[in-house]
Amino acid sequence: MALSNFDRPSASPQSRIVFATGEKPVFGEGDQVRILSRSPVGHYRVPQYLRGKQGVIETVIEPAAVNNEEEAYGRNAGARRHYYRVAIPMTEIWPDYAGSIRDGLHIEIYETWLERRRDDRTF
Amino acid sequence: MTGHSDHDHRHDDHAEIVESAKPGYYEMMEIAIRELLIERKMFGANEIRQQIEVLDSRTPALGAKIVARAWINPIFKARLLANGRAACEEFGISFYDDTQLIVLENTDKVHNLIVCTLCSCYPRPVLGLPPDWYKQKPYRARAVIEPRAVLAEFGTHISDDVDVRVSDSTAMVRYLVLPMRPRGTEEYSEDELAALVTRDTMIGVVPVTVNARS
Repeated sequence: MALSNFDRPSASPQSRIVFATGEKPVFGEGDQVRILSRSPVGHYRVPQYLRGKQGVIETVIEPAAVNNEEEAYGRNAGARRHYYRVAIPMTEIWPDYAGSIRDGLHIEIYETWLERRRDDRTF
Repeated sequence: MTGHSDHDHRHDDHAEIVESAKPGYYEMMEIAIRELLIERKMFGANEIRQQIEVLDSRTPALGAKIVARAWINPIFKARLLANGRAACEEFGISFYDDTQLIVLENTDKVHNLIVCTLCSCYPRPVLGLPPDWYKQKPYRARAVIEPRAVLAEFGTHISDDVDVRVSDSTAMVRYLVLPMRPRGTEEYSEDELAALVTRDTMIGVVPVTVNARS
C-alpha cells in the first residue's frame, strides 16, 4: 500500500518553501565563472590582478556571509550571500607563467563579484 | 655578545629600553583613533589589552597539534578537511574573529602555498601572528606570480609532476596547510609528531622534516 504524501519520508519534504534572495548559492561546484572587472570606489577584497579572469567554482563556502565591503560603509543591513572558492589556472592569470600548466590560484570571491561564463558568447 | 668582555657584567649594563624615535604617521593615527574610540566609549582600554592577550596566546604550537592529530587519526583528519573551523573548535581552539578555516592537504601530487596579496590575512586563531616576510610585498606579490621560484628560495623544490596551488586569502576564509607526514615517523607519538611541525610548514613554504629541529 502506498504511503500518503503526509506519511512518506520524502527527500525534500519542504520543497514548497520559497527561499529569500541570496539564501541559496547562485553558483555550484564546477560552474564556469568570470570575476568581474568592476572598479568601484572603496575597499574591495577582490585583488586587481584577478579582475576579469576566468575560473571554476571549486567549493561553495558555507555559511552565507555579510558583504563586508558594503558593511564597512554601513550599507548592508545584514543581507547575506555566499563566498565561493574559485580555482583559476596560473596560465589564465599570467600568459608566460613558468611552471606546470596545472598550477593554480585559489581564492574566495563574494557572489556579487562573479558572473556565469558563456563561452559561446560572441561580442 | 660584543663589547662586554672588558668590563664586569652588572645588572644595569643593558641599554635602557626607551622610545626615542618620534612616532611615525601611522602610529600616531592609530593612537589618535584608539583614544577617540575609547573617549566615545565604543570600547574600553581593557578590551584592547584583552584582545592583545587573546592574539598573543595563539602560537604555531596549536596548529602543530592539529596537524599531528590529523596524521594519527584519519577520522579527525576527514572532519578537519571537511570543516577546518569546526574541527579546531572541537579541539578546543576558539575562533574569535568570525573567519572560516579551510585546511589544504599536501600530497605527493599537490603542494599548497598560502599568501594574502592584499594585506596579512592569516589563520591567526591557530597560528598566532604571521612572520614579517609574510606581510611584506615581495612575498605577497611573488607568491602568486612565480610560486615555484619563491618556494625554491625557501629551499623547497617542487617537481613538475606536482601541482602547485596558491591560495590567496583575502576576505573571510583563512587557510592552513596540512603538510605531509615525513617517512620514518611511524613510531612517533602524537607529541613527538607535533614537535616536528613548524610554522612555515603550515604556510606551505617548506615540508616537514625529521631533522627540522635542532
